[in-house]
Amino acid sequence: MSYSAWIILTGCLVGVTCGVTGALLVLRKMAMLADAISHTVLLGIVGAFLVTQSLNGVPMLIGAAIVGVLTAVMVQALDSSGVQSDAAIGVVFTSLFALGVVLISFIGDNVHLDVQHALMGEIAFIPWDTLTINGVDLGPTAVWMLGGVLLLNISIILLLYKEIKISTFDPQLALSIGVPVVFIHYLLMTMVSFSTVASFDSVGAILVVAMLIVPGSSAYLLTDKFGMMLILSGVIGALSALVGYGGAVLFDVSISGAIASATGLLFTLCFLLSPKHGMIAKWFRRKKMQQSV
Amino acid sequence: MNALTIQNLSVTYDKQYALEDVNFSIPEGSLTGIIGPNGAGKSTLIKAILRLIPTISGEVTVYGKPYKKQRSLVGYVPQRSEVDWDFPTNALDVVLMGRYGHIGWIKRPNKKEVQYALDCLKKVGMEEFADRQISQLSGGQQQRVFLARALAQDAQVYFMDEPFVGVDAATERAIIKLMQEWKEQGKTVLVVHHDLQTVKDYFDHCLLLNKKPIECGPTSDVFTMDNLQRTYGGSISFLGNNQVMMQGG
Amino acid sequence: MSEFLNFLSSANTQWVLLGSIILGFASGLIGSFVLLKKQSLIGDAMAHATLPGVCAVYIIFNVKSIPLFLVGAACTGLLATYLIQAIVKHSRIKTDASIGVVLSVFFGFGIVLLTYITKNTKGNRSGLDEFIFGQAAAMVKSDIQVIALGSLIIIIVSALFFKELKISIFDPQYAKGIGLPVSLFNLILMGLVVGIVVVGIQMVGVVLIAALLITPPLAARYWTDRLGRMAFLSGCIGGISGVVGTLISTAGDGLPTGPLIVLCASVIFLVSLLFGARKGLIIKAVRTT
Repeated sequence: MSYSAWIILTGCLVGVTCGVTGALLVLRKMAMLADAISHTVLLGIVGAFLVTQSLNGVPMLIGAAIVGVLTAVMVQALDSSGVQSDAAIGVVFTSLFALGVVLISFIGDNVHLDVQHALMGEIAFIPWDTLTINGVDLGPTAVWMLGGVLLLNISIILLLYKEIKISTFDPQLALSIGVPVVFIHYLLMTMVSFSTVASFDSVGAILVVAMLIVPGSSAYLLTDKFGMMLILSGVIGALSALVGYGGAVLFDVSISGAIASATGLLFTLCFLLSPKHGMIAKWFRRKKMQQSV
Repeated sequence: MNALTIQNLSVTYDKQYALEDVNFSIPEGSLTGIIGPNGAGKSTLIKAILRLIPTISGEVTVYGKPYKKQRSLVGYVPQRSEVDWDFPTNALDVVLMGRYGHIGWIKRPNKKEVQYALDCLKKVGMEEFADRQISQLSGGQQQRVFLARALAQDAQVYFMDEPFVGVDAATERAIIKLMQEWKEQGKTVLVVHHDLQTVKDYFDHCLLLNKKPIECGPTSDVFTMDNLQRTYGGSISFLGNNQVMMQGG
Repeated sequence: MSEFLNFLSSANTQWVLLGSIILGFASGLIGSFVLLKKQSLIGDAMAHATLPGVCAVYIIFNVKSIPLFLVGAACTGLLATYLIQAIVKHSRIKTDASIGVVLSVFFGFGIVLLTYITKNTKGNRSGLDEFIFGQAAAMVKSDIQVIALGSLIIIIVSALFFKELKISIFDPQYAKGIGLPVSLFNLILMGLVVGIVVVGIQMVGVVLIAALLITPPLAARYWTDRLGRMAFLSGCIGGISGVVGTLISTAGDGLPTGPLIVLCASVIFLVSLLFGARKGLIIKAVRTT
């Protein structure tokens, strides 16, 4: 496969992985928790590096999962002690992220881990960092990692489809019929952390946030069906990656930034043009209504 | 003289009418209960009159002049659930807010205003709680603080949104007493109310509402089984001796 | 030790410290209103959204001018706030998702512009890079003057309209009822937030400036039940964090200022959470036993 094909594949994988998971977060009104986790996993990555002294994939995943769940737990704890939830999110993620940034600045320059990288990622380097087993080149590590996480996320969603659906729609009811709502919550947080850390290296924190929240929101404007929304969200994520990559090549700018902008572009289109929930359709309906008055 | 006149007031939410072509007027010095089933637009009506939500048509006149010019004559007691009771402030401070309209911009409340607010708290029997953080008050006490604030506002026409919800019997009596006092002073009070059993005791006027006004006038004329059935759509029944009861909700 | 004293007595350090204390105070003060209005994360979005504004101004005028940067930052910051509210108003998207959408897209676009600048202009972009995390050590007297003046104006405006801001936040329906232009005060508050973000990004950076709006008032809330005292205390906490964070940052070489200031505030928050006189966990535990 060619160099740019690998990059496009990576981008699309990020789009699908984050898109599907993110759609759940949008429905559960936890978009900003995703934002928080995508920042705080930096601490997990730095922590994993400080412990193992390497930038190996598996310890990074573990570190990120720990910090991701920790973020959710801390937000929950503050929330239940009476702090309003968005302030709780704000204080937790800024604290942990700041800690991560400060720790990073203690790590020497020779290690390929810096703040810039954490924020923006470097998708352009992905094709060179390949996975080799027994001397056989199997393609970029990031693709394998993203593929693995995607597979994991999709199997969790398929296995627990109706449990996730009901605990999203009506947690009270779900609890009353014995669905482990809390477990599903933290399972979801773990999925978000995994998606984030797998995408982190290639696209950085900001694009992860964009990919988690924006395609899900766009899909929310297009459909009223739960399953359809997850699928659409993944498709929109991948589409954003394609459009963004095209734009980045055209103008010679940051690929991850361009992909984030592309998610915004697609969102704007959905916001204006969605047949059911779009602004223009709504405007027409209102006009009609006023004429009939 | 009519204290309040509403003409052609309509409010829509997206595709549906919340209020459709509402017309009525309320005489000075009356106590009016706004009655209707859930979703009939009772709170919406108050908010639309006070211009807190957008309307698609309608005119509101207070003592013969447009509401915009008469704003200082109008007092409002919102539903308790509409404010954040964890807000860092105490009871006296909330009552002082009732004076803000009189104090004017930028200026701070002076000693006289503070004393006025204290007197208002006293009138509702809450003077000992002046320093209490508002989240540490019971539901009834919170409602009384709102009442004191309305008093501090010193208005001519009062709108109260479900003041009896979640309050103790003593507070309910205090509210009634205050409304009676206001009536004696020639003030006009409109109250969103949903307890049909007490309507006849509390109010001398009634506005029966279900998206449109069904009937409006003195309670003795308007508060009849026939009219109630038209308002509630049949989900209502008499239990002998003037007792009315809602079914299923 | 004497080295440290030397460092403290240097004129530039004193300027930087002065700037950090005023900035910290102003942001803590405004933060109290923002927190009570439950808009903490909107501040975060606004801060992220200033990045494209700063970059766009640089691309258009091709000069590194702080006042121009501030204008650009204010434009996109306000635009972002407007969009967040417009999306919620005109669609079924909820506030949190709306904030997330606007925040990430604006910042992503900012990164696009930043890389465009790096590749298409000869000048160095070091001045722009610092907008992401803040670098107090690199600031000069004129930068500080902008910060100090801006913060001072913000403090004065919020003190003047204290009463009006308070009622518009506590009970907006009632405030409208007594004829206060609540939406005007919402706008004023937004303006103040944009102001603080804009003057603060050089020191703290866009990614973490929101923490200066969120953490100090949250900490202050554990000590008092009165808004006036809370706002003042929150300002003091902000000021202390500003000074301590800046000191550590400029003393140690090259440590980013923003994250250190934020960590200081976080420590104060943690102490307040545990020991706070009003709602602290320990007080609560003692009361319940």
